[in-house]
Amino acid sequence: MNWAWFHKLGSPKWFFHCSRPWALPLFIVGCVSLVVGLIWGLAFAPEDYQQGNSFRIIYIHVPVAMLAQSCYLALGVSGLVYLVWQMKIAPTFIKAVAPIGAVMALMALVSGAIWGKPTWGTWWVWDARLTSVLMLFLLYMGIIALQNSLTDLLLANKAVAVLSVVGLLNLPIIKYSVEWWNTLHQGATFTLTEKPAMPVEMWLPLLFSTIGLYCLVAGLALWRMQTEILAREHRSHWVKEEVMKHGL
Amino acid sequence: MAFDSLTDFFEMGRHGVYVWSVYGFSVVSLIFITWSTLSRRRHVQKTLRKRFQRDETI
Repeated sequence: MNWAWFHKLGSPKWFFHCSRPWALPLFIVGCVSLVVGLIWGLAFAPEDYQQGNSFRIIYIHVPVAMLAQSCYLALGVSGLVYLVWQMKIAPTFIKAVAPIGAVMALMALVSGAIWGKPTWGTWWVWDARLTSVLMLFLLYMGIIALQNSLTDLLLANKAVAVLSVVGLLNLPIIKYSVEWWNTLHQGATFTLTEKPAMPVEMWLPLLFSTIGLYCLVAGLALWRMQTEILAREHRSHWVKEEVMKHGL
Repeated sequence: MAFDSLTDFFEMGRHGVYVWSVYGFSVVSLIFITWSTLSRRRHVQKTLRKRFQRDETI
């Protein structure tokens, strides 16, 4: 197998130039798809026969919860990649994505709490699902704090990578918490293998808002990575050329 | 439209407060993360450009 692409991917310069045309289109497509999904879900999807209109929170809650976990999975994998191959791009990715993940986890917690009030009769319970998602949010905050507190860049790279990898343990706990323990939280609404238990006019808007949010976050992540690469590589000649010629 | 009137749409059968506060909080959060991304981008660009210009005049 030819591993050249793998080594290239590790090169900040190569990554910067390849990812550059993707950020804005991804962001715009994401915004459009998200807005379509949310308006559709808010105004046009039918009311749920049990939950009434409060179920419309699903169009935000499910995508942000998925993103919060996906971002962390990506963080953990790049932490591993950095520790094994010392790939330069990996810590850039962690630094760029951790704040996005933190916002997603916070949104999942807040939207879940507000949904819990009319549905379960309580804002918060200390059960497995809710607590493990709170842990996820705290892990993100820990990574951000660790990153900002270490001024030695190499040390920060390593420490943050280790913490990201260790935190991976939390992901299966989140995923299976609704099966292993008694909880107020319901099981997964969607799986890749089964047909959704909802009618199409309910889940289609959710598909739009989920794909939209993924694209939006991808666009943001690329922008943040590009910024971070320029800041870290400012001694390289190509950065100077880039900044003086094109701007960002 | 799943609602008969605009008032219906805002009230959402007494669930309006919950639904709208979730949507409001989410929009604010997304705007915040986008703003922080773009403002850091501008800041780094400005700082680097200034530094490179200074280097050239020396």
